[in-house]
Amino acid sequence: MTSIGTGYDLANSIFSPDGRNFQVEYAVKAVENGGTSIGIRCKDGVVLAVEKVITSKLLKPGANKRIATIDKHLGVVYSGMVPDGHHFVDRARDEARAWRETFKTPISTSDLSSRMGGYLQAYTLYQSVRPFGITAIIGGFDSELEAPVDGQVGSGPSIGAGGKVEGKHGGPGLYMIEPSGMYWGYYGAATGKGRQAAKAELEKLNLAEGTLDLKQAVKEAAKIIYIAQQDNKDKEFELEMSWISNADGPTKGRHMEVPKDLLEEAERLAKKAISEDDEEEEEGNEKMEE
Amino acid sequence: MDHRPQAWGRPRDDVYGAYDASYLQANGPNQHTQSPIVTGTSVVAMKFKDGVVMAADNLASYGSLARFTDVKRIRTFADTSIIGFGGDVSDMQYLDRHLTELGIDEAYQSEAGHTLNARNLHKYLSNLLYNRRSKFDPLWNHLLVAGLDEESRPFLAAADLLGTTFTSPSLATGFGGMLAQPIMRRYVPDEAAVAGVSRDQAVEVIRECMKVLFYRDARSLDSYSLAIVTKDGVELRENEKLEQQSWAFADRIKGYGTQTV
Repeated sequence: MTSIGTGYDLANSIFSPDGRNFQVEYAVKAVENGGTSIGIRCKDGVVLAVEKVITSKLLKPGANKRIATIDKHLGVVYSGMVPDGHHFVDRARDEARAWRETFKTPISTSDLSSRMGGYLQAYTLYQSVRPFGITAIIGGFDSELEAPVDGQVGSGPSIGAGGKVEGKHGGPGLYMIEPSGMYWGYYGAATGKGRQAAKAELEKLNLAEGTLDLKQAVKEAAKIIYIAQQDNKDKEFELEMSWISNADGPTKGRHMEVPKDLLEEAERLAKKAISEDDEEEEEGNEKMEE
Repeated sequence: MDHRPQAWGRPRDDVYGAYDASYLQANGPNQHTQSPIVTGTSVVAMKFKDGVVMAADNLASYGSLARFTDVKRIRTFADTSIIGFGGDVSDMQYLDRHLTELGIDEAYQSEAGHTLNARNLHKYLSNLLYNRRSKFDPLWNHLLVAGLDEESRPFLAAADLLGTTFTSPSLATGFGGMLAQPIMRRYVPDEAAVAGVSRDQAVEVIRECMKVLFYRDARSLDSYSLAIVTKDGVELRENEKLEQQSWAFADRIKGYGTQTV
């Protein structure tokens, strides 16, 4: 960044001559220091996971959750500045509530991402505000079933004209929103300090093929967080995970914490996988020395 | 000619005389809902040793017209409690949406899962109803709330449009208070009797009550919803039919209608 300190990084509303908004780029830096968070979209659901760095031994284990529920079927995890994340979650909940109030139906994952993307983008436009210091991953499962309108009491006429679109609808959704307000849909998303390692691991899963199921994805997610954490082993952390299945699955279409027994099993497998990797590495090193 | 905005769109004073502005103001007090429009009739419920059974028919009447015949009047909350709605159907929809929102807000504190049991829910709803009646804008419903209390014992209580609450081993709203309660009380006269009633027995009694209500309540229907709530969750069947009806007794009813004797 050769143009840093040239005066174009002092405010949101000023471009640099080569067309960059430095405030947004600095916000991305804030994200890159945060604990790793990832999302995996698999054939029957979505898994969210985060490496929660323990900042003090005086904090109660398992408290201060970093993954938030937005609506029944929607969850959010983020890396970067936690207070900014809290505000993001509050706003997302308001959006989901307002959508229900207007349309009497749950907001879809893509619509929520669009709304929140627009919200973050507005924070890159004005002198008076700074961009969000977070990158958020939104996971959701839009119902595939014929869902009633909120508060509906009957089923209406059984014959006559109807406006329903035939065919498949709903399914798992995963989106990642950056401080600029840019968002894409992903099969696997990673952000925060360990994102490079995590992305490399996510690519190995071949998520686009749609073969991975939810339980496997939970275990893979735990492993990826542990692998991504390898570079700063000295820091203590907690693994936090949530998941959303389809209506027939273990969460019945709701966003929920991964149950304790499954979380513990996934952590055990993750630790095992990592120690095996370490041993292999050590063996390799020894051979080289010989 | 008067060019003030206040005169826009109104008849010209010089042609028609002074405008009578009193028509622009609402006279008298603000009028809120003073009577229900589309209504549901009785809800009946009784406790048994492991939980509660509740039933309500699928009819919404428009006055005496059987207007909507597939209206589901039993709603679940958090898969642990059920609410049966008697009275105004649009107010029921309002409450249903309100409860959906409440359920989502509760799920934000995901650590402990759902924090509201049936007793909490009943308290919440009765306070809500009382608050609305105190604004002279009541929600025209009579509710039965069923589920389990904080010690996982069966819980059943009622709340009406004034915020009045009542609890008993068996409860019924509307016409059911006259027709179904005496039948249910034969089986659960007091709390002590609840432990002696099995699930199948309770379901049988409730079905019998629904049949009696269909025989004698002109605003009822033979298709109904039946819900059973236990510690394992809620079992809700929304398309039950009354079986083995016998109208033989109808011959002996005298004193109204087209009969002269």
